Amino acid sequence: MAVPILKQGPFLIASIQAALTDTDVLRLQDDVMRQVGRYRSRGIVVDVTALDVMDSFVSRSLRGIAHMTRLRGAETVIVGIQPEVAFAMVQLGMNFEDVHTALDLEEGLAFLQEKIVQEPGPGGG
Amino acid sequence: MADSVRVAIDSDADVVTARQEARSMGAALGFSSTDLTLLATAISEVARNITTYAGRGEVTLRVVHHRDREGIEVVASDKGPGIEDLERALQDGYTTGNGLGLGLPGARRLVDDFHVDSVPGAGTRVRMVKWRA
Repeated sequence: MAVPILKQGPFLIASIQAALTDTDVLRLQDDVMRQVGRYRSRGIVVDVTALDVMDSFVSRSLRGIAHMTRLRGAETVIVGIQPEVAFAMVQLGMNFEDVHTALDLEEGLAFLQEKIVQEPGPGGG
Repeated sequence: MADSVRVAIDSDADVVTARQEARSMGAALGFSSTDLTLLATAISEVARNITTYAGRGEVTLRVVHHRDREGIEVVASDKGPGIEDLERALQDGYTTGNGLGLGLPGARRLVDDFHVDSVPGAGTRVRMVKWRA
């Protein structure tokens, strides 16, 4: 199932609705990258609240999205990692240190707003 | 509730099915939400190894008893290329694919019992058990 991506001002919000197959995850990567270019987005929120499992493949792919979008000038923040999922990720040995995370969508958007104010675009500051 | 479930692993969608079956089996046994997540994540790792390295195989889930304990046994088996160097495959960060090398060592940390048998050229069988806390 494709992940819907909404445009909200300078940001994109990808809300994962249900368990993802590997194919879905790779498609999300492609879709986000394409839309960052099309909408000249400055930030992306990926909401994983609905995920009951974040195994090494999903974690690596989300980290990939964060790294790739940064190379395109947009910051990614992953929001909504459930407590059990966080526990399992740590046990698994997933390194997520270089990825921005926030508690929920609201916190994620606030984080991105702050980032944009800190880094004025061309002509600003 | 069935005492045993077999899930054929032919595609990445079957990986999701296998972990969902384990979730409902574990929930019926009264597993905690954390343990259900740990078990589902471990199954995801070993089932993905099947699709990545062997192409196809199967995951069987079974309710097991030991004295007054109940648990879920997971057997993930395939007739794929097998693992040449099992000791290294169980170390963090070692991979012959393009993953992170967390699959087997990571899965091992998520369950209580963990055992791998592999014969190069003949296949791999991973047996894991998660006991109800």
